[in-house]
Amino acid sequence: MVLEILTPEKKLYSGDVYGVQLPGIEGLFEVLDKHAPMVSALGKGNLKILKTKTQFENFTIQSGFVEVLNNKTTVLIEGAVEA
Amino acid sequence: MAGQLKEVRNRIKSVQSTQQITKAMKMVSAAKLRRAQDAIIQMRPYAQKLQEMLSNIVSNVDGGTSIKLAEAREIEKVLFIVITSDRGLCGAYNSNVVKLTKATIAEKYHSQYQKGNVIIWNIGKKGWESMSKSGFVTSATFKDIYLNLTFENVQAAAQAAVKAFENKEFDAVEVVYSQFKNAATQEFVSEPFLPIPKIQPKAGAKKSNFIFEPNQEELIAELMPKILNTQLFKAVLDGNASEHGARMTAMDKASENANELLKSLKISYNRARQAAITTELTEIVSGAAALQG
Repeated sequence: MVLEILTPEKKLYSGDVYGVQLPGIEGLFEVLDKHAPMVSALGKGNLKILKTKTQFENFTIQSGFVEVLNNKTTVLIEGAVEA
Repeated sequence: MAGQLKEVRNRIKSVQSTQQITKAMKMVSAAKLRRAQDAIIQMRPYAQKLQEMLSNIVSNVDGGTSIKLAEAREIEKVLFIVITSDRGLCGAYNSNVVKLTKATIAEKYHSQYQKGNVIIWNIGKKGWESMSKSGFVTSATFKDIYLNLTFENVQAAAQAAVKAFENKEFDAVEVVYSQFKNAATQEFVSEPFLPIPKIQPKAGAKKSNFIFEPNQEELIAELMPKILNTQLFKAVLDGNASEHGARMTAMDKASENANELLKSLKISYNRARQAAITTELTEIVSGAAALQG
């Protein structure tokens, strides 16, 4: 699936990934390939990009939103710091 | 004669050094303008997606949505967020923003102003200087935003405005800033910031079976402040780019004027020099003639 991470200051990540772990406002969840369409608010926590099953990249975020539609995941976040 | 020569030479020197400064300022502004434009472009996808998300949610809600920040009350107190620059020497940029602010207040909120219910918040020192001098109530200033123009810094101002609106300290908020068109032109606008205009569901938007987490109402409540933050951030970025554009054109004009001035000064310098030489020659010749005679 395609993942795109946007902040107000720049595009943080864009590319094909295996999945992504997100700190939802009601708990941590993971979006994998062919996830159903959804919109969710994100809370404070750790965002983990699963580039492959074994290769990760982490960001600490303050808040944000995620939208999944047509196998494309768009994450809008604020206060992202690479961890 | 010699005194006049020296005077002109000094003036030429001083104009030249002024021109050097204006030229350097122009170059610096050009570089800063590029960066400011980049920032606007970088922010665009985020702002678009945020708006898209909102309209996706609104389109999927059956019936109307009630949003606290969209509540239109009777307007008693008005807040103006005026975005100017921290530094001068940028043509009419700052005075145009201030002028538009005053015109908007006189036009739309005259009665509120007479009761002293128009409050100004300034982003940028120049606006604060001239607004407070002309007797407006300027209660908050955000002066150092341009030193480090990040989303966090601007968001603080937006959130303060949202909070004040929610607490009914203000019934309407307007943002006055300059939209960046290109380096030479800016468009000065006064935009309503709060209450938010009603959001219409996208016409003919298909209903995807979105999973909403938490529910739509809460999502909208979370999204709205973010959209406002982004809106103000965009206004500040636009203002920043406009400032550098305006400064660039102003400095270009100044360098050009200096060139013209130099040209006419050089002509009068050469004339004076020529006159001095001629007088000297005449003196020598007539002196020699007197000796021979």
